[in-house]
Amino acid sequence: MSRTGTFPEEVEARLALDAKEIIARYPHSRSALLPLLHLVQAEEGYVSSAGIAFCAEQLDLTKAEVTAVATFYTMYKRRPAGQYHVGVCTNTLCAVMGGDEIFESLKEHLGVGNDEVTEDGKVSLEHVECNAACDFAPVVMVNWEFFDNQTPESAKQLVDDLRLGKDVKPSRGPESVCTWKQAARLLAGFADDRATEGPQAAGPSLVGLELARKRGWAAPDPDNLPTAPAADEGEGGTK
Amino acid sequence: MSSDTETTLTPVLSENWDRPDSFTLRGYRETGGYEALRKALTMEPDGLVDLVKASGLRGRGGAGFPTGMKWGFLPKDNPKPRYLVVNADESEPGTCKDIPLMLANPHVLLEGIAISAYAVKSSLAFIYVRGEVLHVIRRLKHAVAEAYNAGLLGKNIQGTGFDLDVVVHAGAGAYICGEETALLDSLEGYRGQPRLKPPFPAVAGLYASPTVVNNVESIASVPSIVTNGVEWFTAMGTEKSAGFGFFSLSGHVTNPGQYEAPLGITLRELLDMAGGIRAGHELKFWTPGGSSTPIFTDEHLDTPLDFESVGAAGSMLGTRALQIFDETTCVVRAVGRWIEFYAHESCGKCTPCREGNFWMVQVLERLENGAGTEADLDKLLDICDNLLGRAFCALGDGAASPVISSIQYFRQEYIDHVEQGGCPFDHRKSTVWGGEA
Repeated sequence: MSRTGTFPEEVEARLALDAKEIIARYPHSRSALLPLLHLVQAEEGYVSSAGIAFCAEQLDLTKAEVTAVATFYTMYKRRPAGQYHVGVCTNTLCAVMGGDEIFESLKEHLGVGNDEVTEDGKVSLEHVECNAACDFAPVVMVNWEFFDNQTPESAKQLVDDLRLGKDVKPSRGPESVCTWKQAARLLAGFADDRATEGPQAAGPSLVGLELARKRGWAAPDPDNLPTAPAADEGEGGTK
Repeated sequence: MSSDTETTLTPVLSENWDRPDSFTLRGYRETGGYEALRKALTMEPDGLVDLVKASGLRGRGGAGFPTGMKWGFLPKDNPKPRYLVVNADESEPGTCKDIPLMLANPHVLLEGIAISAYAVKSSLAFIYVRGEVLHVIRRLKHAVAEAYNAGLLGKNIQGTGFDLDVVVHAGAGAYICGEETALLDSLEGYRGQPRLKPPFPAVAGLYASPTVVNNVESIASVPSIVTNGVEWFTAMGTEKSAGFGFFSLSGHVTNPGQYEAPLGITLRELLDMAGGIRAGHELKFWTPGGSSTPIFTDEHLDTPLDFESVGAAGSMLGTRALQIFDETTCVVRAVGRWIEFYAHESCGKCTPCREGNFWMVQVLERLENGAGTEADLDKLLDICDNLLGRAFCALGDGAASPVISSIQYFRQEYIDHVEQGGCPFDHRKSTVWGGEA
């Protein structure tokens, strides 16, 4: 597809309808560029030169303007990613808690380096930055779903299952992981129907609440507030 | 209240998280959800701005700027449309509160958006959420659809004539987009690079229109203030750091997780609640509010975690992201990894940040591997001197924080690497599975 630099007509026609819907969300059309890049990534698994040309055409931008944006953001891939993109957090906290070992063992197990894809095209591997789940460290993401509290063994099992085509279930996510292309389509703003699957919260997200319940702690009762201290001596203590 | 009173947890935003349907409109309504919006819509918008000002709510995204004051900066005479933009690009290393909040209770954010947009007279709001969290995006979009169907968003909300559209916009992987002006550039479809301020977003923000940019937790705190009042909010926290917030404990603690507590709680109190440092180990260093806040040590266990006290002790409250490291952790490795992050995420717009981080990575790498010299410490501090306060945005300042503070507290550990010609630590011992004492 990308060799010719444009999408086939029927693909272009289909995506143009999606693009129209995306652009309509914004007061200014250029705001649609990030979602449109997600859209073309959903089509091909990466942002090809055809994808760039499509975005430029839809928004009346130059290909250079679109390329400048596409290359700035790490989630847009310029080469095909695997069907399942595995991200291992190696920012400090996760790295210290074992993320470095997980990443090393996956590289060895899969026989690929950072930002490379297995020969069967099933799994690509990348070390990622903090994914806002530090209380579940070490964290692994598959197509941007959370796999919490991983070990080298669990991570190897995970990628084996992915390569064998078995369903894998995220720790905090839907019942199974969608494909890389499906994930990109969701990012473009087209919801799937899986929002109600999976837990509302899990493990560390609940420890504070559970402790408060156990000890009978709560926020103050607005109808029965503690009387303010007679003179706050400015000691800066908690009220 | 006197200091001998026990500080307790105060779940507000997390209060309904143990309901399996907490993320649904029905579940949220059964715990009083959207009652604050009903009340707010009977008030004058300016009265709401005054209410939030009086509450003393300060931005929960790291900088701690008073939320109501930010709203008050919108120029009264500018005829352009006003926008409300929610910063849901949570990416600061260690920070992990907004993501579980949006996963478990997206409606409290939407209710906060509706109230805040009404207060600042905006009819279009955006949630700029980082892209790397698919299920959070699903939950947000699901909640938005539910709210539209229930007449809580859209045209003529609750028959009041107030219109509000909410757009969920997914980012594409760039830490810098958490900086509010970079976020706005990104939302406009450009590379996410910070803008020169002034003008501030309140005057010329999205599409050069008056814009309010607030963090998820800040906006989500608004409904509870509307419902329960200023006195209730200020009954928690300290005089200048009012209210409650998430304290996110991660790392070498027995029970890491989210602890919603009054500002001013201490790490000693939080550790007590979290079962202490993992068995057989002791606290070495920690961040009070993410990797961009200077590290603390066990000297700071009793520092009240409010904006003023943490500042006075030489760091920043930031996002209350308490990353906790025990004595198995090599501080040189930890800092080196953070600087690799800053170098990777530097947008490249300004020289001090782009070049400074690039060179600090090299210097820290050789120090960690035992190939450095003691003069490298002066080199690092010299680079930091050219970074701190000289970069275009706070990313550069943030990068200097772990370097300067780690050299301040652990200079000898850097020198040990030099003298021993390598790292004296066994990294396996700091892992979850390698920590048995």
